[in-house]
Amino acid sequence: MTTGRRGSHLAATVLLTVGLLAAGPASATEVRVACAANFRDAAEEIGSAFGTATGHAVTFSFGSTGQLFAQIAFGAPFDAFLAADRARAAKAVDEGLAVAGSQFTYAFGRIALFSADTGLVHGPEVLTAPRFSKLAVAEPSVAPYGQAAVEAMRELGVLGLVSDRVVRGLSVAQAYQFVRSGNAELGFVALSQIAYHAEGSRWIVPTRLHRAIRQDAVLLVRGAGNDAAKAFLAFLAGGEVLEILAKYGYGRGE
Amino acid sequence: MLDSASLWPPVVLTLKLAAASTVLLLIVGTPIAWWLARTSVRWKEVVAAVVALPLVLPPTVLGFYLLLALGPGGPGGWIAGLTGARTLAFTFEGILAGSVVYSMPFVVQPIRNSFEAVGGRPLEVAATLGASPWDAFWTVAIPLARPGIVSGAVLGFAHTIGEFGVVLMIGGNIPGETKVLSIAIFEYVETLQWARAHALAGGMLVFSFAVILLMMVHLKRSERRIP
Repeated sequence: MTTGRRGSHLAATVLLTVGLLAAGPASATEVRVACAANFRDAAEEIGSAFGTATGHAVTFSFGSTGQLFAQIAFGAPFDAFLAADRARAAKAVDEGLAVAGSQFTYAFGRIALFSADTGLVHGPEVLTAPRFSKLAVAEPSVAPYGQAAVEAMRELGVLGLVSDRVVRGLSVAQAYQFVRSGNAELGFVALSQIAYHAEGSRWIVPTRLHRAIRQDAVLLVRGAGNDAAKAFLAFLAGGEVLEILAKYGYGRGE
Repeated sequence: MLDSASLWPPVVLTLKLAAASTVLLLIVGTPIAWWLARTSVRWKEVVAAVVALPLVLPPTVLGFYLLLALGPGGPGGWIAGLTGARTLAFTFEGILAGSVVYSMPFVVQPIRNSFEAVGGRPLEVAATLGASPWDAFWTVAIPLARPGIVSGAVLGFAHTIGEFGVVLMIGGNIPGETKVLSIAIFEYVETLQWARAHALAGGMLVFSFAVILLMMVHLKRSERRIP
């Protein structure tokens, strides 16, 4: 008797699981988005605002842009791709992974010079003072925020001066970690990482010192038939998210 | 497209790191393994568990705590302070310290097993023949435990070659200093330079296979040698 009951339990579980698996990807109200990790907090808030407005559910997979790209290239089930730069979003279109004409800039990023020490950073002068031994910057070849930091330092004429004190994180998240843990006194971080708190000291780098950090989104071929995915990208491009973008240190224009 | 000039430095640095780690691991790990194999104190398994922790902990956990430990608030920062530096992170010495912690269980476990397999008997015999404990350790225990020591050294070396998470967390990606093989591969994948990523990743695959195969052959041989 017990065996029979257990057997029917098992059958029910299997049926339920199969049902869920079958319903998951087929349901048009679910949007799966591959999103650059630097946009995490903003994305989650935008996702829930979108859910409230439309009833569609958005599931984000966060990662580094290059790794997300590799996953998409090998068939990862994403409907949209929110890259950390323009180049890799464009490459998704070039390689036939994304819908031509769907690319747009969803956010402009800002960088800031940051220190966990409350009295250290007042402006760019700190870069010329011998008051620090390590300056954390995101790897410029990998991270657009690192690229912008290098451009700003070149523009300020301090690149040669600080180069032997630079340590490089493989993402802007890591550059922030190095500063936050005190291993580097100074670092160029994304404004989005420090916008929500007032700790330490900071100098928000004027955008005229570097090329704009444009983060582009594309509709992936897999999501071309998913109306909810299109609705999500339209929502992301619209005015309703401006407040959320600003809260996390992003803008819609340069 | 595949210029070896940019591919070699991470490989050389990785080999240097693995070699230095293996030497340190044998120097530090052998006495620990010996103590674990011979002592009868009750809390020895607590020490064994601490040594084995890196087997279970994600490298990010180790890397995170190492980042704090090497920094100005930790012991690493204190040591760095002796030379006027601020932190041990972002240096070859820093990632070497990380590697030693990270690969320790792979060295201690096989050596401990070997010492336990040797047992107390050969050492007692050596003592009756007038050998001092120090003498017996070097001329009896070490030669008898050789298969385990070789396994430990090879595993420690290979595991350090494959290290990623810890170096990622504490390295700072400095070419020639902390930019090891796995980090270089990560960077190539990230910047969509897949041909270069293939060159390094493929080499690593072949290397790892060769190491594991050699290990297995070596272990089979030494098993046969024991009567």
